[in-house]
Amino acid sequence: MTLTETRVDQPAPQPAEVTDRARHERRLGLTLSAPAFIVMVFVTAYPLVYAVVLSLYNYRLTDPAGKSFVGFGNYATVLTDPVWWSDFATTLVITVVSVAVELVLGFGFAFVMYRVLAGRSLVRTGILIPYGIITVASAFIWRYAFQLDSGFVNQWLGLGDFNWFGQRWSSLFVIILSEIWKTTPFISLLLLAGLVQIPEELQEAARVDGATAAQRLRRVTLPNMKAAIMVALLFRTLDAWRIFDNPFVMTAGANKTETLSFLAYRQNVTLVNLGAGSAISVLLFLTVVVIAFIFVKGFRTDLSQVRGDR
Amino acid sequence: MVGQRASRWWTTGGLLILVWALFPLLWMVSLSFKDPNTFRSQTPTFFPSKWVWTNYQTVFSDALFTSALRNSIGISLIATLLSVVIAMFAAYAIARMDYPGKKFLLSMALAIAMFPQAALVGPLFNMWRSLGIYDTWIGLIIPDLTFALPLSIWTMSAFFRQIPWEMEQAAQVDGATAWQAFRRVIVPLAAPGVFTTAILTFFFCWNEFLLAISLTSTNRARTVPAALSFFTGASQFQSPITAIMAASVVVTIPVVLLVLAFQRRIMAGLTAGAVKG
Repeated sequence: MTLTETRVDQPAPQPAEVTDRARHERRLGLTLSAPAFIVMVFVTAYPLVYAVVLSLYNYRLTDPAGKSFVGFGNYATVLTDPVWWSDFATTLVITVVSVAVELVLGFGFAFVMYRVLAGRSLVRTGILIPYGIITVASAFIWRYAFQLDSGFVNQWLGLGDFNWFGQRWSSLFVIILSEIWKTTPFISLLLLAGLVQIPEELQEAARVDGATAAQRLRRVTLPNMKAAIMVALLFRTLDAWRIFDNPFVMTAGANKTETLSFLAYRQNVTLVNLGAGSAISVLLFLTVVVIAFIFVKGFRTDLSQVRGDR
Repeated sequence: MVGQRASRWWTTGGLLILVWALFPLLWMVSLSFKDPNTFRSQTPTFFPSKWVWTNYQTVFSDALFTSALRNSIGISLIATLLSVVIAMFAAYAIARMDYPGKKFLLSMALAIAMFPQAALVGPLFNMWRSLGIYDTWIGLIIPDLTFALPLSIWTMSAFFRQIPWEMEQAAQVDGATAWQAFRRVIVPLAAPGVFTTAILTFFFCWNEFLLAISLTSTNRARTVPAALSFFTGASQFQSPITAIMAASVVVTIPVVLLVLAFQRRIMAGLTAGAVKG
């Protein structure tokens, strides 16, 4: 937008000048982008390639001499191990439940923030606090609220000595609760931004035509917010899929609450089993690619908005 | 009448949001003031029976926490600064210039924002050890700034696109030198966007946990989130719970202050990067 406007202001240049200026602009643009590009390649692309290579070897840091080429052996080992599938299921449950709840809750919050008059900025300030708090602190807060010897939850709900962290599903419930508390603000702010963009006249016209509130929501509000909803969903889904902090702090992966990111961490860092660990890393990366692909191609999420290159 | 009733409903909704957002914080503060020796019980209460400062004394006399606080502040600030400067160059080019690779850079930033960092801890762990930057500030600053870059680039390019750049030329036509035009016209217009981006980037770096526990092993570079997860209490006989809450309160204070001071900017920044600028 700005580009074309600036150009219109300038006098129509001679052809030779255009190529000169264009070449200069090109070189400057590339130079200015180079640092960002180099840093990103050095820290992500190169290690990823390195992980692919390592994943083809049997390689433990504790036994460097035993390094040997095993081809796709590590992948076969990982994919036939029940731990991978259990962690996959855990991650899937956390992602689906937390994103679904957050979408509904986030919509509610966005509507309230849009309509509320009294204390509007107070509400907006309040909602940013869970967004800004560190996830590890959030995990501890919720863990100690539910923990038997320190928490108030069982007293308030009259649950006696029910141990929330004693089995898989109740542990996952608390993990998901912390995740929802911390990340709903983000999704609700994205939805609010989408909501604000709907022209008030559209709502007004629908109201004049006798549409009920439910009809306006379904026929006017939601269709006009589709782009914002899809972008919020994509971001939150991938974010939830990579969940690590909450299960690490709350359960340390006990009772089958380990997630895929946690598994990658444990194999690579705790067990320094870099061969199989790298295979897990590559598989984790592929799952993310698949999810992004489903959103972009399957649901036609328009990323040019996010990317900003309209 | 109807309007009034509706507005009362929205106010109630607003109150519910506030309770929802702040109630866990109240619990954190309350727990941080409980007596570490006696707070555990068969029937725990929400508020302390006796409010004590002991836990705050514990965290500030524990080298694990004080060095972690220093590391967190240093690493987050440096990573934020570098990320914002690098992103500023890129965002300026993206907003104002036409060059090959512009779309590629934006797509790459997007891909990295979605990247599973856990997939990198193995290779980075190995690379950092052979480069000799494992368990150092620089070893955390580099990945922190990399993963913060996409956020910085989008947010800032969204802000930069809204700047009326023609004003720079207008000032030059009016007799200002190129430097004056930039300094007096463009810098004041661009500064709010850069500042907002810096706040969001700082939150991101302040929160980072996975890399902090994977790429450090001692107090040298361990940040607060990592230290929290390793904290075992003032003595082996004392529960660390109340001290961990006190430390959590301490690291939440900067977040609360930034949110209170810059609520509007943070809101604008969060939405500018993600939905049309």
